[in-house]
Amino acid sequence: MLRFFFSKLFLIVPTFIGITVVAFGFVRVLPGDPILLLAGERGMDPDRYAALQQQFGYDQPMFIQYFNYVLGLLQGDFGTSISTKRDVLGEFLTLFPATLELAIFAIIFALVIGIPAGIFAALKRGSVFDQVTMGAALTGYSMPIFWWGLLLIILFSGVLGWTPVSGRISLLYFFPQVTGFMTIDSLLSGQKGAFQSAVSHLILPTIVLGTIPLAVIARQTRSAMLEVLGEDYVRTARAKGLAPRRVVGLHALRNAMIPVITTIGLQVGVLMAGAILTETIFSWPGIGKWMVDSISRRDYPVVQGGLVLIAGLVMLVNLTVDVLYGLINPRIRHR
Amino acid sequence: MAERLKADSKGQDAQTAATTAETAALNPAKLSASQARMQMLREFWHYFAESRGAVIGLVVFVLLVVVALLAPVIAPHAPNQQYRDALLTPPFWSEGGNAAFILGTDAVGRDILSRLMHGARFSLFIGVVVVSIALTGGILIGLIAGYFRGWVDSVIMRVMDIILAFPSLLLALVLVAILGPGLTNAMIAIALVLQPHFARLTRAAVMSEINREYVISARVAGAGHLRLMFVTILPNCLAPLIVQATLSFSTAILDAAALGFLGMGAQPPTPEWGTMLAEAREFILRAWWVVTFPGLAILITVLAINLVGDGLRDALDPKLKRS
Repeated sequence: MLRFFFSKLFLIVPTFIGITVVAFGFVRVLPGDPILLLAGERGMDPDRYAALQQQFGYDQPMFIQYFNYVLGLLQGDFGTSISTKRDVLGEFLTLFPATLELAIFAIIFALVIGIPAGIFAALKRGSVFDQVTMGAALTGYSMPIFWWGLLLIILFSGVLGWTPVSGRISLLYFFPQVTGFMTIDSLLSGQKGAFQSAVSHLILPTIVLGTIPLAVIARQTRSAMLEVLGEDYVRTARAKGLAPRRVVGLHALRNAMIPVITTIGLQVGVLMAGAILTETIFSWPGIGKWMVDSISRRDYPVVQGGLVLIAGLVMLVNLTVDVLYGLINPRIRHR
Repeated sequence: MAERLKADSKGQDAQTAATTAETAALNPAKLSASQARMQMLREFWHYFAESRGAVIGLVVFVLLVVVALLAPVIAPHAPNQQYRDALLTPPFWSEGGNAAFILGTDAVGRDILSRLMHGARFSLFIGVVVVSIALTGGILIGLIAGYFRGWVDSVIMRVMDIILAFPSLLLALVLVAILGPGLTNAMIAIALVLQPHFARLTRAAVMSEINREYVISARVAGAGHLRLMFVTILPNCLAPLIVQATLSFSTAILDAAALGFLGMGAQPPTPEWGTMLAEAREFILRAWWVVTFPGLAILITVLAINLVGDGLRDALDPKLKRS
């Protein structure tokens, strides 16, 4: 098992180096001089320019610059934002809980609806329920979620007035950030109505971000169930007279869940891409919106640092899924 | 049980069809090459048409292509013509609607239906261009990696891993930030992000084909590397690539619309659907139609293509067919 783990770990090292090269190269291929960019329109006298160039190490050869950059990354130095002057890692860590909270709710939403829907669709294969569910799943899978979010806002915030339009919590409430999770912090604060406010702000973004994973999980569960239901051991279980519920719940479901778990792990990248759009629509102060804003503000250190952090995160999650998969399914690790 | 039986008899049908095709292929005296090809096409259509969704998707897609091609002729108005006396007119069936503007007008008085029709050209164009670039690049890279293996393969696949490590939309956004916002750059960025999927698929297919007897016999007969790669092996790797191309087509349209929505894709006043949505955002609570129709157009297009993709996969991949 350890060998399997280390072989996987070894494989991601070159990928991670590649990510840093991309992020490092990104700023270098941008048109314009980074120091002149700092100076703005006022310009800069040559002495100051040379001094700054030395300070940032831009006068050194490219590979030494890259080496220093990676050395900085390893020490947690991801650069400093041009617009806020705060360090990128600090900003990331402040904003990340908002995205994480939203993503957790979205994936729970997707699982709670997607898995039962997939199971029943498989059990009632070809029925009206199956066709409707799979039609809905394909529609969800094809959904432009930025439009979906706007539609939900029109209906639930505009026409019905049930949910707030944007943000994480009503402005009426203020309390210190403990965990960064608004639902937990609002409970901890003990303020009346704060938790309800946090939850009502979460509903629409959760649905929007969860739609595509929901569709993928429902489809995947259905096909995994169908495959397993045709296996010999399920037929044996049926033949020896086990109750249908036991056959499905114990024999089929457990085995069908293996590919589904992998699918869930692979949704992390999808969730990150979805977070960019969802957070933009709902003004959700997470890292997706942070990246979009930084790109349009041309705050390149943030974009550079954010790229490495996000890609690194996705990679780590994928590694975890790979390893978990090896734990569940020994056939994988001895290949 | 009855369902089971039905499924089984269907499976048998498929088997007989396959056997007929095989015998036909084995008796070249009876069937000429073109007839054999026709037979294959007919068989393919038989499987494809089995899925009602796939046929509906295909019909919708063909209609979209027709609308896109004829947009300048059939659109009731020019896409950028502003009717200053008809700002934010609702669709003709609602109160205050005007039959001249069937789906209403936007904030500067442009006819939404006409803009959507012209937008279809952009979306389909984006799909075609992105898939062509990604497919060509992916096939070349995948062929080289799968055929030569060794360090070439390792290097190529690690680079692909790096591209895949970034969430696709984020990478596309950053690429567009480097290249500058606009439709062309958005297409290049999306193609680059989608390309590794094709490279991986091609490589996997090449690796499973390269040791087959027909490839070895071609090599023994003296075929060169290029001939082996493109003439002998490639045609046998196409099925999964066709399915992936269809699915990428819809992804490309979605991603381009998302970039347009974020202000990084096609720029106003281009009637691209995502850009139209971005312009409509501030009116969502006042004029629902400005927001609803462009998104609906994206959804219908993407859904139709995905339906076709599902049908293609079922028809082309015999292993998944009956699962």
